[in-house]
Amino acid sequence: MSVKDYIRERFFPHIWCPGCGHGIVLNSFLRAVEQLKINKNKIVITSGIGCSARISGYVDFHSLHTIHGRALAFATGLKLSKPKLKIIVPMGDGDALAIGGNHFIHAARRNIDVTAIIMNNRIYGMTGGQYSPLSGLNIKASTAPFLTIENDFNIVELAKAAGASFVARTTTYHVLEAVTLLKKAIKHKGFSVIEILSQCPTYFGRKNKKGDACSMLELYKKNTGKIGSKKLNNNPDLIKRGIFVNNNKPEYCEEYEKIIQKAATAAAIRQI
Amino acid sequence: MARLKLKEHLINQDWCKGCGICVHFCPKKVLKLNAMERVEVLNPENCICCKFCELRCPDLAIEVLTTQDGKHD
Amino acid sequence: MTSKIKFVHGNEACVRGALYAGVNFFAGYPITPSTEIAEILSQKLPEQGDKFIQMEDEIASMCAIIGASLTGHKVMTATSGPGFSLKQEALGYACMAEIPCVIVNVQRGGPSTGNPTHVSQGDVNQARWGTHGDHSIIALTASNHQDIFETTVNAFNFAETYRTPVILLFDETICHMREKLIIPRKNDIPIVNRFRTSLKKHVDYHPYLPREDGRLPMSDFGDVHRYNVTGLFHDMWGFPSNNPKIVQELLHHINDKIENSIHEITKYKEHYLENAEYILISYGSSARSAIHMAKNRTQRGEKIGVLELQSLWPFPHALVREKCSKAKAVLVVEMNMGQILNQVKLALGDSKNVFLANRIDGNLITPTNIKALLRVIQGRGV
Repeated sequence: MSVKDYIRERFFPHIWCPGCGHGIVLNSFLRAVEQLKINKNKIVITSGIGCSARISGYVDFHSLHTIHGRALAFATGLKLSKPKLKIIVPMGDGDALAIGGNHFIHAARRNIDVTAIIMNNRIYGMTGGQYSPLSGLNIKASTAPFLTIENDFNIVELAKAAGASFVARTTTYHVLEAVTLLKKAIKHKGFSVIEILSQCPTYFGRKNKKGDACSMLELYKKNTGKIGSKKLNNNPDLIKRGIFVNNNKPEYCEEYEKIIQKAATAAAIRQI
Repeated sequence: MARLKLKEHLINQDWCKGCGICVHFCPKKVLKLNAMERVEVLNPENCICCKFCELRCPDLAIEVLTTQDGKHD
Repeated sequence: MTSKIKFVHGNEACVRGALYAGVNFFAGYPITPSTEIAEILSQKLPEQGDKFIQMEDEIASMCAIIGASLTGHKVMTATSGPGFSLKQEALGYACMAEIPCVIVNVQRGGPSTGNPTHVSQGDVNQARWGTHGDHSIIALTASNHQDIFETTVNAFNFAETYRTPVILLFDETICHMREKLIIPRKNDIPIVNRFRTSLKKHVDYHPYLPREDGRLPMSDFGDVHRYNVTGLFHDMWGFPSNNPKIVQELLHHINDKIENSIHEITKYKEHYLENAEYILISYGSSARSAIHMAKNRTQRGEKIGVLELQSLWPFPHALVREKCSKAKAVLVVEMNMGQILNQVKLALGDSKNVFLANRIDGNLITPTNIKALLRVIQGRGV
C-alpha cells in the first residue's frame, strides 16, 4: 500500500494554496494511517468548515464534512452510536477554538475516543486572512489592519485543563515527529488532541512578512524545541513540541456501557 | 538495516504547485524548480533517500522509489 | 404484546411514541417545557441498550443526532423555542445532506426567552423557514396524547421514508398535561425502518441518486460503502459540486420529494365539519378549545365545524380549499399572530371571510374566546 491508496485521487490537485501546511498535515496523516494499517471502512473523518475541513473530501474513508465549528459534536454522535469506529476530526484553529471552542472543551471533558487534529495556521484562510483566536498579539490580518490586541489561546494548556487524555504538539516542518505523534494520538483510547503548527504563506505569511512557505518552515525549526531537548532547556521560551499529556482516564463510550449494565440491572429488579 | 538505494523520483507535475519546499530542504540539492515552476530532478546521483521531499510535499506530488537488498521498498 | 393504558403527560406520550417507532439514539439539552422527554429517555434508552447523551448545548445535540443517524440509528432531539433557534443551522444541514432525524419543539412563548412555562404556537413559521435557503420541511402537531403518540411514530416514519428531518411542534399545555394514553400493540401502527442499499462491496453506490420511486437507499457509516456527506451542493456521490445543473437538480429534489408527497404526509381530523357554515381551522392545544366550542354549538343546532390540522408543513392548501369551499366564514384558531392564518388566506384566495381567533398572552385560548369572536362575525354581537 502507498499513501495514494488512501486518497480520492480524482479530486487532486487539491484546493490548497502552494506551500500550504495543510497539505503537509494530510501527507503526515496518510502515512500515520498507512503505518497503523487501520481498515478504511472503520475510519470516519469528520470536519467542519474552512481550509482545514476540506481534508475530509480528499481521503478515502467515510467522510462527513459538516458545519463550521461543530465537527466534534457530530463526531460525538458518530462515536457514541457506533463505538467501534475510529473518528478523526481535522480542524482549523478558528473552527476548533472560536466557533467550536465549546464543543472542543466538552469533548475533552468527556474524554470521548476521538482524535482532534488542530491545524493551527493562526488565521482564517478560506475567508481571506482574518485574525483568529490563535493569531495572538500584534498580528496583521484583513480584519486587524492596525494589528491585533487579542491574546491567543494556548491549545495545549486548554486541552489539558479541559481533560483531554492525550495532548501533543508538532509542526509541519517536523514531519517524522508528526507521523509518530499522529499514530500515537489515533491509537490512544480517549480524547486525543494534536496541534500541528501549519503555515499559511498566502495570508498569515504575506501579511506579517514571514516570507514564503520555506521561510515559515524555517521559523518552525528555529522557534520550537522538543520537550527534554538541550535546545529547549537552553531556550525555555521556545514553543514546546512533543507529548504533554498521555494518560488512561475512563473513556466515555466505555463508561456508557457501564450505564447500560446498570440500567439493565435496575430494569430487571423492577420486573421481579 | 541495509541502506536504501534510489530507484527513481516519481514526480507528479500535475499536482505540484511549485512551492519549493522540497527543493529548499533537500540536503543534497537533488531537486530544482523548472521554468514552469514545477519540481524536477537535477542531481539524482546525490540523493541519499531521506525522503524528506516526499514527506514534506503539501501536494503529494513526490514519491521517492527505493530499493533495499534488491527489493522494492 | 397487549395494549397498555397509561396516564401520562404529553412529553411522556411523545417518548412512548418514539420508543414504539424505534428511537435508539437521543441527544438533547435541558429546556423547559421539553425537558421531561430527555429525562425519561435517559432511563429508557440505556435500559434497552441504546444511547442517550446530554450535550453541551442545543447545537451540539442536533449535530450529535445527525452523526448517529449516519451510523444507522433512529435519532431524536427535543427542545423549545430558544433551543430550536440554535438548532437551525444543523437542521438545514440535515435537509441538505438528507439525514433522517426527528426534532421535537415543545413550544413556549417567544421571541427570546419569552415565557418558558406558558403556551404558545409561535414557532410555526420558524419550523418552515428557520434555516436558510430553499428547502422543504415536514412539521407535524397533535392536540391530545393519543395523537402525540401516533404523530411521533409518523414523524419517524416520514424521516426514514423521505430522508429528511421531521419537526414535531407540540404545545406546552399538552405536554405538561396528563391524560389517558393507550399504547398500541406491536404492529398496530406500521413502522418504516432504515432503507439500506443492497449493493455489495466494490459496487458503485450513489448515496444521492434517487431511485425511480424517489427514495434514496442509505449505507451506514462503518459499512462497506465509503462516501462523502456535505452541506455543500453535491453530486450523486456526495462530493461538492457547483455545476449549475447539479445544483438545480439537487434543490428541486430536496423540495420535490416532500412537496410531491403532500397527500401521504398530510394528516388532519374533521369534527362536525359536514355541512358546517362556519369552519374553525386549528391545531395543537387550541384545537381542543375549538372542538369543545363546536361541539357545544352543534348540539344547539348551529353549523360549526373544525378542521384540525395535524401536519402543518407542507401546508395542505388544497385540502383547506376543498373543505372550506362552502363555508360562510373561516376562523383560524391559533396562539400566535396569524402564522397559519396566512396560509389559509393563501389557500382561499378571497380573504375577506377569513378571521383570526388568537390569544398570545401565554394562556390557552378558551371556547369562550372563540365564541365571542364568532358571534361578532355572525353579526350577533358579543
